[in-house]
Amino acid sequence: MKLQVSSSPHIGTKLTTQKIMGHVCIALLFPTIAGTVMFGIYSFVVVLVAAASAVLAEFLYNKITRQPLTVNDLSALVTGMILGLNLPPTAPLFVPIVGSFFAIMIVKMLFGGIGRNFANPAATARLFLVLSWTGFMTNYAAPVDYSQGFWKAFVSGFTKEYVTSATPLTALKGASGAVPESINLLDMFLGRIGGSIGEVCAVAIILGFIYLMIFKIIDWKLPVVYIAASAVAALVFYKNGWLFILPTLLSGGLLFAAVYMLTDYSTSPNTTIGRIIFAAGAGFLTVLFRRYSGMVGGVSFAIVLMNLTVPLLDRIIPKPFGYVKPKKEAARG
Amino acid sequence: MKDRFKGVIEPFSNGIVKNNPTFRLVLGTCPTLAITTAALNGLTMGLATTFVLICSNFLISLLRNVIPDKVRIPAYVMIIAAFVTVVDMVMAKFLPDLHKTLGLYIPLIVVNCIIMARAEAFSNQNAPLPSVMDGLGTGIGFTLALTVMGIIREFLGAGSFFGIEIPYLSNYAMTIFIMPAGAFFVYGFLIVLFNAAVDAIQKKIDAKSAGQKHHVLHAESAEPEAANNEGGAE
Repeated sequence: MKLQVSSSPHIGTKLTTQKIMGHVCIALLFPTIAGTVMFGIYSFVVVLVAAASAVLAEFLYNKITRQPLTVNDLSALVTGMILGLNLPPTAPLFVPIVGSFFAIMIVKMLFGGIGRNFANPAATARLFLVLSWTGFMTNYAAPVDYSQGFWKAFVSGFTKEYVTSATPLTALKGASGAVPESINLLDMFLGRIGGSIGEVCAVAIILGFIYLMIFKIIDWKLPVVYIAASAVAALVFYKNGWLFILPTLLSGGLLFAAVYMLTDYSTSPNTTIGRIIFAAGAGFLTVLFRRYSGMVGGVSFAIVLMNLTVPLLDRIIPKPFGYVKPKKEAARG
Repeated sequence: MKDRFKGVIEPFSNGIVKNNPTFRLVLGTCPTLAITTAALNGLTMGLATTFVLICSNFLISLLRNVIPDKVRIPAYVMIIAAFVTVVDMVMAKFLPDLHKTLGLYIPLIVVNCIIMARAEAFSNQNAPLPSVMDGLGTGIGFTLALTVMGIIREFLGAGSFFGIEIPYLSNYAMTIFIMPAGAFFVYGFLIVLFNAAVDAIQKKIDAKSAGQKHHVLHAESAEPEAANNEGGAE
């Protein structure tokens, strides 16, 4: 019999970073395809440019600082795709390029690369872009109308023939007491609304969630607690709150962020209790910002703010199994 | 004769490069971050601080043997506050617009830690002339830093240069750079660049002087200015 002597950990996993990120990429394809169908081929190009420039940014950073190449772990690709899906379908192409370079070079690599970034790179880059180019970032297009001919509609992003539209989020912003008539829950569920490329179609995001759950990539607690906390917060913050629960959950980037952005490994806590506090806080803040802040959306702000509390939340260590608190007399004696 | 000349020139050049208050000592960060939304604001703030710095350094240096050690800080604050009041009133009379823009930050020069630091570290131990040169050098270093930051932030954040709008670019201005977050980005990167450049030049000078004369290797560490890196951010 052969004895192997080694230090812990003794049980490994076949899941590598590359495989995890590959699964996330595949899960991100659902909202990408949904967004392309809704807004035409130009929105796909936006996502592609964001993803490509994120990978390029990481490659350039590795080359400039003479570090080993870390592009192969696909995390830059995931960051780029998430950022691209967070952009409006009318964004000029320099917006995803600047955003991806900011996300990778400043938020991620300057702090030490994968696993060491203090905030979600895609969410931070989105905030950077929203605060920089508010005009480009809030120029939402209505879903294309295929009845006027498929190709003409499909390329309408390139020909700038899109119809700008207010998003359900903007409609909700001014509402009090009753849900505005322009809000149609079925349209919001299927994605026939204005909004960012990836966030409009709830069906695609739920499919992505199921995919990630099947391969056990993400912890279900984060999205579920986040959504539940948002629902409770909507109930509390809005007058006649029960009417606003579903519109709140289906509008804006709430679902997308719940599945893809909140669950980022390096910026979410490690313990169960920490994760529950983290997700509940993010949900509460999201609705708080939506209801009372000057900005229309609140998801990215909430996520980045809660990201900053993660080092603190990670210090809440649950009681080890079988640990008995020593009695005071025993401790003295 | 040469030594006396050096004693006047060195405080001046040190203030700009080696002890640059903004990029090397990280002093006076409050006006640095808050004021530099436009190049002109940075320049004015820098010049106002320079004036106060020269005058207070001169007076404190003259009075350095008169002021009792235990009450020196209140005494310095009184002297500095007097000159700040002069600046405040002159600006309110002749530059009312800028005075309005800078607002609270002009009276706040009183507690600007660059001025306090120079009083504590230099002018209460040195003769009036070197103290004035030190004030001039530190002030110019501060002014240059604020102006550079203002130019960069105004260029990126508003698409203009000293208030002159650059056509086309102003449509694509990144507003975040005239917000506080952008101030921290620009400040951080400028600190990195400035220190890298100064260290690289210092290394070259050291290598040159080491090649010329071997026996004065320790001249660098014996300089009195070495202990000035204290104080911390405001």
